[in-house]
Amino acid sequence: MLEKGIPKDKILEKTGLSIGVNNASFDVVEGEILVIMGLSGSGKSTLVRCLNRLINPTSGKILVDGVDVAKLSEGELRLFRQNKFGMVFQNFALFPHRTVIQNTEYGLEIKGVDKLIRQKKAMEVLEQVGLNGWADYYPRQLSGGMQQRVGLARALALDPDILLMDEAFSALDPLIRKDMQDELIELQSRLGKTIVFISHDLDEALKLGDRIVLMKDGAIVQIGPPDEILSNPATRYVEKFVEDVDMSKVLTADTVKRKTDDFGTLGHDGPKSLLRKMDKAGISYIFIVTKNQAFVGMVTDEDAAEAVKKGETSIESIIRRDIKTVNPNSPATELLTIMKDLPHPLAVVTEQGRFTGVIIRGTLLSALSHGDNG
Amino acid sequence: MMYSIPKIPIGKTIEVMIDFFVSHFSIVTKVISHLAGAGIDLMITAMLFPPPWLFILILTGITYAIARKKGLALFCFIGFSLILNLGLWNATINTLALVFISTLTTIAIGLPLGIFAALNNTANRIIMPVLDFMQTMPAFVYLIPAIPFFGLGKVAAIFSTLIFAMPPSIRLTALGIRQVPVELVEAADAFGSNKWQKLFKLQIPMASPTIMAGVNQTIMLALSMVVIAAMIGAKGLGGEVWKAIQRLQPGRGFEAGLSIVILAIVLDRIMQSLGKTKQ
Repeated sequence: MLEKGIPKDKILEKTGLSIGVNNASFDVVEGEILVIMGLSGSGKSTLVRCLNRLINPTSGKILVDGVDVAKLSEGELRLFRQNKFGMVFQNFALFPHRTVIQNTEYGLEIKGVDKLIRQKKAMEVLEQVGLNGWADYYPRQLSGGMQQRVGLARALALDPDILLMDEAFSALDPLIRKDMQDELIELQSRLGKTIVFISHDLDEALKLGDRIVLMKDGAIVQIGPPDEILSNPATRYVEKFVEDVDMSKVLTADTVKRKTDDFGTLGHDGPKSLLRKMDKAGISYIFIVTKNQAFVGMVTDEDAAEAVKKGETSIESIIRRDIKTVNPNSPATELLTIMKDLPHPLAVVTEQGRFTGVIIRGTLLSALSHGDNG
Repeated sequence: MMYSIPKIPIGKTIEVMIDFFVSHFSIVTKVISHLAGAGIDLMITAMLFPPPWLFILILTGITYAIARKKGLALFCFIGFSLILNLGLWNATINTLALVFISTLTTIAIGLPLGIFAALNNTANRIIMPVLDFMQTMPAFVYLIPAIPFFGLGKVAAIFSTLIFAMPPSIRLTALGIRQVPVELVEAADAFGSNKWQKLFKLQIPMASPTIMAGVNQTIMLALSMVVIAAMIGAKGLGGEVWKAIQRLQPGRGFEAGLSIVILAIVLDRIMQSLGKTKQ
């Protein structure tokens, strides 16, 4: 019926069936945290359950490593779930009649792993989530945050490639939720899992997501990295959704920087060519990098002109190396105070020393004010 | 007008059906009856073999081991000693054996049926009305057809007890399994459990308090039915009550009734604490 273009509410009227998720296509990149976000009823939980077929999609493909999950037989599906997917649930869904360690080893037990091996593995995972010493307690004896750690441990014990987290932190109180988010990020950087995270909380999505999928009424509205969704909402719906977010908290040096071709290369450019570049771009300062894009420093037009006068061919002596640079992750609000007394633009340099762009006061101010307007 | 409509021959039909089954299958059921009867007699003989005081001590020990309550163990000891003193020992053992066998058989049939009803909606739709029927039909009615199939005696009593006591164990097993939170079932699924793993690692353990409540009810119903079944020759405490009615001996009837109450209380408390420890 949907294919014939009949609208959702008409289908509900006619058949009593509601459309959970329709026509949602997206990729998940290996090793990323993809956040699927939408208000309740937008179909995000249904969508994630389609991935491991807790809910069977009526049509479409789910490709994991080239295998179409939607086409697996029941037995194959079980094996697939045992090996590829770990799932964490909103209300923890721990087995109350099993202890923490018995919960953790559940997946391994189902796989038929030897008791000693699975207990060892379970202990390891419990340690990873900070629950050593709690193995023999029952879930009801633990606080909410700890229970969800058990949920996470249970999913991790299988060593799955993909973690499906269905509103995993929504039932926790704000402080604990923040801790868990930090820990998830930390865990992710250590283990490099692919995580599909469901959330209805935009702040959470922005914090965790490498990319965000925004859903409404069972359909995908926008897919993109957090800042793109914020600074470039695809529809009025997305715009409304992101209205409340304080842009300056989300904008970083990386998002407000400007990429530039106007830089000098050490060992390649002499004072003369630097002068010409500055003249062409209409700037009085130019940044210098090595051939490998490693940041070196900055040359002013006065120094370059002086060197040309003296007939020097090397720029080595005129580079100012002690200038201020910023990390791509620095929040945009901090940049303002740094730039206040700076006569020249700010270079953005990664932790590895790579030069990625410049921040010009004008673009920074406009990005921040744009954020205020929503 | 009403008189012109002939009586619908429900009773006749049932009788014809039962006659048919009796004439074709009663050989089989009689054989079963003889074998089972021999088994039951053997069991009763075995239970009567140790001296009563030893049996009472063992029973008290078992009660304490399961329920972990000194008061209940004491009650068990005093209660059974009283029964012994009243001269109702053999009748009580008889009843206990019948209850024991009926309950085990009921569980063996009722639990799988309950699980089946919980997991299969079609089965549920068929089984539940049948249970309603079984439970509301007066218990005495089951006694009548039991005789042509199994003859007078203990096996016929057990047969009618089965029908009467089965519904709660099926119903509560199904209820317990259906009450396992959807989330947990989903979690078990998400980790790739198959149907049996889900059943034995999640659903049955989670349902066990409810299942135990059903078993408890089954025992109580079995006890009451075993008494009624004295009418078709089950003997035991029910037989004593039956005799007392026929001879109009209220005192004797009260003594037998009291013994039944003692038996019921001990069995009920043991089963209840069994349900609690499972939780």
